[in-house]
Amino acid sequence: MRGRARTWRKRSVLPGFGLSLGFTIAYLGLVVLVPLAALVIKSAGLGAAEFWRLATDPRTLAALRLSFGTALVAATINAVFGALIAWVLVRYRFFGRRFLDAVIDLPFALPTAVAGIALTSLYAPNGWVGQFLQPLGLKVAYAPAGIVVALTFVSLPFVVRTVEPVLAEIDRELEEAAATLGASRAQTMFKVIVPALLPALLTGFALALARAVGEYGSVIFIAGNIPYVSEIAPLLIVIRLEEFDYAGATAVAAVMLAIAFVMLFVINLLQAWSRRRFGYGS
Amino acid sequence: MAAELSGAPLRISRPVRRGRSATTEAPAVRVALVGLVFVFLGFFLMLPLVAVFVEALRGGISAYLAAIVEPDALAAIRLTLIVAAIAVPANMVFGVAAAWAVAKFEFKGKSLLVTLIDLPFSVSPVISGLVYVLLFGAQGFFGPFLDAHGVEIIFAVPGIVLATIFVTFPFVARELIPLMQEQGSGDEEAALSLGASGFTTFLLVTLPNVKWALLYGVLLCNARAMGEFGAVSVVSGHIRGLTNTMPLHVEILYNEYSFAAAFAVASLLALLALFTLALKTFLEWRFAGAIAAERAH
Amino acid sequence: MRRMRRSLAAGLAALWAMVAPAVADTTLLNVSYDPTRELYEAFNAAFAAHFKTETGETVTVRMSHGGSGKQARAVIDGLKADVVTLALEADIDAIAEATGKIPANWRDRLPNHSAPYTSTIVFLVRKGNPQGIHDWPDLVKEGVEVITPNPKTSGGARWSYLAAWAYASEAFHGDEEAMRGFMGELFRHVPVLDTGARGATTTFVRRGIGDVLITWENEAFLALKELGPDKFEIVAPSISIKAEPPIALVDGNVDKAGTRQAAEAYLAYLYSPEGQRLVAKNFYRPAEPAFADNADMARFPHLKLVTIDDPLFGGWKKAQPAHFGNGGVFDQIYQPAR
Repeated sequence: MRGRARTWRKRSVLPGFGLSLGFTIAYLGLVVLVPLAALVIKSAGLGAAEFWRLATDPRTLAALRLSFGTALVAATINAVFGALIAWVLVRYRFFGRRFLDAVIDLPFALPTAVAGIALTSLYAPNGWVGQFLQPLGLKVAYAPAGIVVALTFVSLPFVVRTVEPVLAEIDRELEEAAATLGASRAQTMFKVIVPALLPALLTGFALALARAVGEYGSVIFIAGNIPYVSEIAPLLIVIRLEEFDYAGATAVAAVMLAIAFVMLFVINLLQAWSRRRFGYGS
Repeated sequence: MAAELSGAPLRISRPVRRGRSATTEAPAVRVALVGLVFVFLGFFLMLPLVAVFVEALRGGISAYLAAIVEPDALAAIRLTLIVAAIAVPANMVFGVAAAWAVAKFEFKGKSLLVTLIDLPFSVSPVISGLVYVLLFGAQGFFGPFLDAHGVEIIFAVPGIVLATIFVTFPFVARELIPLMQEQGSGDEEAALSLGASGFTTFLLVTLPNVKWALLYGVLLCNARAMGEFGAVSVVSGHIRGLTNTMPLHVEILYNEYSFAAAFAVASLLALLALFTLALKTFLEWRFAGAIAAERAH
Repeated sequence: MRRMRRSLAAGLAALWAMVAPAVADTTLLNVSYDPTRELYEAFNAAFAAHFKTETGETVTVRMSHGGSGKQARAVIDGLKADVVTLALEADIDAIAEATGKIPANWRDRLPNHSAPYTSTIVFLVRKGNPQGIHDWPDLVKEGVEVITPNPKTSGGARWSYLAAWAYASEAFHGDEEAMRGFMGELFRHVPVLDTGARGATTTFVRRGIGDVLITWENEAFLALKELGPDKFEIVAPSISIKAEPPIALVDGNVDKAGTRQAAEAYLAYLYSPEGQRLVAKNFYRPAEPAFADNADMARFPHLKLVTIDDPLFGGWKKAQPAHFGNGGVFDQIYQPAR
């Protein structure tokens, strides 16, 4: 939209390019790239065969599968409820709306360890919520379900905050036109609104997924941490470190780093697609 | 990542029109949806928050206060403040510089740069800690060198600061970049053509244009810096009263059967979170006009 | 704006003054394992008072606690410990090997193989012992959930594991196949595998998970004391292991920091009558029972104990890689609970 009108390229008259870019690259390099390079070099030092053996160790695979599986479930829950929350916040006026809007960001502001102990005290078999789930045979804390709860909490704002601005900009006249042409509300919803929201929704989903896959602080309190069952990949890195197994820790970390790269790449593609195709998005 | 942070102000400038029935849902559906949202958020967001305060006050107010003024807790609070006081300004300066370079100029490799700035968001915090152990740990690349010169990084304040900077690295930059891109550089060009120096232009034109976005970025950066657990846990060494930040102190108390004390310190962090949200909401409300103007530039 | 800045600075200064720590003459760092928190809290205060009267100097002892293996890793990575008081010989050996900051003969430098206190492994069950757990075979009964931490990261869990192995060796007359079968079955009953002893205790007593906690004797007594004898009972199995948590001076660090004198005095004081009394008071079995209060000693049940130097294990140098190394017995038998 506005960004699009400015895709011209020309020499800028503004000063400070060298200074700001130089500082940016130097700082980025020192704080982020050099440390990450240390990880890459360390894992490269393992040799391909050894790296492959460590990365495909059954316990590593189980941990990665768990991290991904639970993050996917959490991101999906958040995609559904996030879209709903955004819809309600943008389209409806009701008592407490501003309050709701403010608390959406709570997971960004609340330290993950605090979230972890709070959720554990709620969902443990003798907790506020857990005591009602226990008789039903539902086990949340110390089971993969607990991981999903924690990940849902920490990644909740992403979908809401990506969908919200796009929803606010969707032209009501399109909906009116659809209605005038005889479309039912459901048809309008799925043929007009959902397609327009899709890029933002996918972006939010991918962001939530990226955040959830790497989450550590809130999960370790609630997970139970059983190898093969409820041991997430970041925890496995810590455990390998504690076992003096630097090679193992580095290998798992390198796999996760590669995954983070891929996810970021996908997110960027989604955002570019959304800008190109729909003219809005981030 | 930028979208969810920069999205909030837009909404405020745009009052919602009450649509005709053809473009909205039946009242019953609306009530049901709003109710569902309340239930979902109440269950997932509010309940954990309430639990923190209830558990913290379980032992009574005096036990609560005693847990907070205990020397190790105070030391943890002090360390957390120090770390945030270094990490946040550092990332703020970086964020402004990066946003200036990315938003005001066109150059090759820009999208790669933006991707790299985003990278710490999707790297697991544990890895953020691990990389510094690999670099500066006694067995790491620079370990022997640092040891020979008596420099302590890992298991000391510098390591904790570095890990925190890594984790909170993109917050300010990602808040400013989209906004400054939208604003373009017309104002700055005008100021320069009127004879202002580059620095004056930046100080008097650019900064005022982005001040609210900058403040949001700093607020979120600060909340994360004070609350970071995973990365700091790997590099801290967990020395009571020395290298324990507040989140780590919470974990330690939790492991000492001092549940009420753990939740008491946790409640301070929760209060910080609430304060952050309240300030953010207040700014949005109070300066809605100014924010809309920033956007509309 | 300027006034705001000034008042902000004043506020920060006031906050700083409030939270700034007292400055001590000498500071020692004791890197220890999980369940010793309460012991060293009491002992550090006693030692500081003792050191003050002996030398006139003020000493502050800082503590770092965590799973024993994790703590050893931190020291190897550069944590500046003056003394280490860990759960296992193997963990101190690892520091000695990796850093050279502790001489290889560290175990002979202090009395009683550098173990001023010992402990053993017992069971903690819920009040009334509803599952009727009295000995090791009861742990693998249908429906019994066992809580124990991960032997890969927790020193206490390694002692627990070896105690179970000692039982299995006796019960199956050394039939290794059957012994492994028992161990595998035991770990199939474990629903939560925490990384440290304290985490496991929290899971069992606070979260109400599991029917029995296999843990340090001192940890079981402490749980009873902290959380009420009306909720839990200690069960002593027919056979257990004599756990010897060792202590060592980290020579490389104390010489650099100039804290050798205080650090040596600190370790020696653990063997003193007062040190031994505090050890027993905090539920550890003192190396010199004569120094302890009789009432404290009377609490310890009499158990048949094997030691790590028993031919069954052949010392830590042999037991560590055989059982807990990568691909060792634990890796082979471990199948998680369903």
